[in-house]
Amino acid sequence: MGIWFPLLLSLKVAICATALNLLLGVAVAFGLSRWRSPLRDLVDSLLTLPLVLPPTVLGYYLLVLLGRRGVFGAWLERWGINPVFTWEGAVIASTLVAFPLIQKAARAAFENVDPQLESAARVLGLPERAVFFRVSLPLASKGITAGALLAFARALGEFGATLMIAGNLPGRTQTLSVAIYAAVQAGDDRGANILVVVASITCVVVLLIAGRLMPDRSRLRVY
Amino acid sequence: MTVDISFRRLLADTDRRFELDVAFHSTSRRVVLYGPSGSGKSMTLRAIAGLLTPDDGRIVVNQHVLFDSAKGVNLTPQVRKVGYLFQDYALFPQLTVAQNVAFGMRTGILNPRRSSMPEAAARWIDAFELGAVATHYPSQVSGGQKQRVALARALAAEPDILLLDEPFSALDPPLRVRMRSELAALQSRLDLQMLIITHDPADVDALGEHVLEIRDGRIFSDSAATGS
Repeated sequence: MGIWFPLLLSLKVAICATALNLLLGVAVAFGLSRWRSPLRDLVDSLLTLPLVLPPTVLGYYLLVLLGRRGVFGAWLERWGINPVFTWEGAVIASTLVAFPLIQKAARAAFENVDPQLESAARVLGLPERAVFFRVSLPLASKGITAGALLAFARALGEFGATLMIAGNLPGRTQTLSVAIYAAVQAGDDRGANILVVVASITCVVVLLIAGRLMPDRSRLRVY
Repeated sequence: MTVDISFRRLLADTDRRFELDVAFHSTSRRVVLYGPSGSGKSMTLRAIAGLLTPDDGRIVVNQHVLFDSAKGVNLTPQVRKVGYLFQDYALFPQLTVAQNVAFGMRTGILNPRRSSMPEAAARWIDAFELGAVATHYPSQVSGGQKQRVALARALAAEPDILLLDEPFSALDPPLRVRMRSELAALQSRLDLQMLIITHDPADVDALGEHVLEIRDGRIFSDSAATGS
């Protein structure tokens, strides 16, 4: 069993899940940070559920929803899409599991933006869309980046929900964490050792890259 | 050059109830709204700028109706053509001085470029002697320069009226004196109506042409009415 396939698949899944979460998480976070409604707390709790539910429970929900006989699954089937036992299924699982991390970080970041700066932009004539892209989003970008890195790390290590929906098909859906589990189950100690070392090195490399990717702090430093 | 204001706004929560009920009219070029903190000065400015919606009333600047509850008019802040100098200047920390000044000159989703700036922005930067710090970030410039950046940014949008929220409170006392005379000189050059709110009697002495005193959300005295 090679180490390259599970490693590259894990990276591919984590990158796709983080990209999806950046769009979804930032949009939802911005909406929630501006939404004044008693329902907000309820929606917030529901969106936080993936963080507290066991990943296997999430995976089970996904199977029920997206499986061939599921509500969405039957509908998707008509379009010839069936995410169960595919790497796209793993992306869906990782996205769901990591979503609260990026949503919460982005929301805190948006709520930290000085409302006066947004007011200043409006008085200067900027439409709401421009206020978002020129003031709110750049000022929240540090918090969003931090959330995205956490979400990426979480997606990279995803196991439970991924195993439920994408399964453990070597060469197709077997991610790094699933491959480690499979190797240990099969008594393949040498394979497990190699995969564990690869996983650890990958995480260190990701952390190093993350340090480089963090927004330039020197620019905002107070002299 | 007129400002004609009459509106009410009730703010109430469980432990506090505050009613703002201000009405005044001025054709003066320097209107000072003077009163202690919590008297409703800032709320009045916010209502003129469209950042706070009154319960009812009418706000007219230069025959331009910004708000009229009877006719259902409530312009957004974007189209009111009001310049606003915030108390702590509200400069965009992620943009350079030049980008801040040019900020309102384009309304698309991209900020002005750092490398080049529109000619109009360059003129304001020269007028406010900000050339030396044009590429600096707000955190890197002095208090007086911050105020000039904020003024240049507000004026570059060519407003009908300039609203100033405690313009000198963020400055050291010696600088305050200088910036007051700078602002007075600028005002006589620009031919622009200014509405200044302050709790500092020195601002009233230096800048007040028409002085309105506000207390507990109401105009308490009006220098135009008493003739003083």
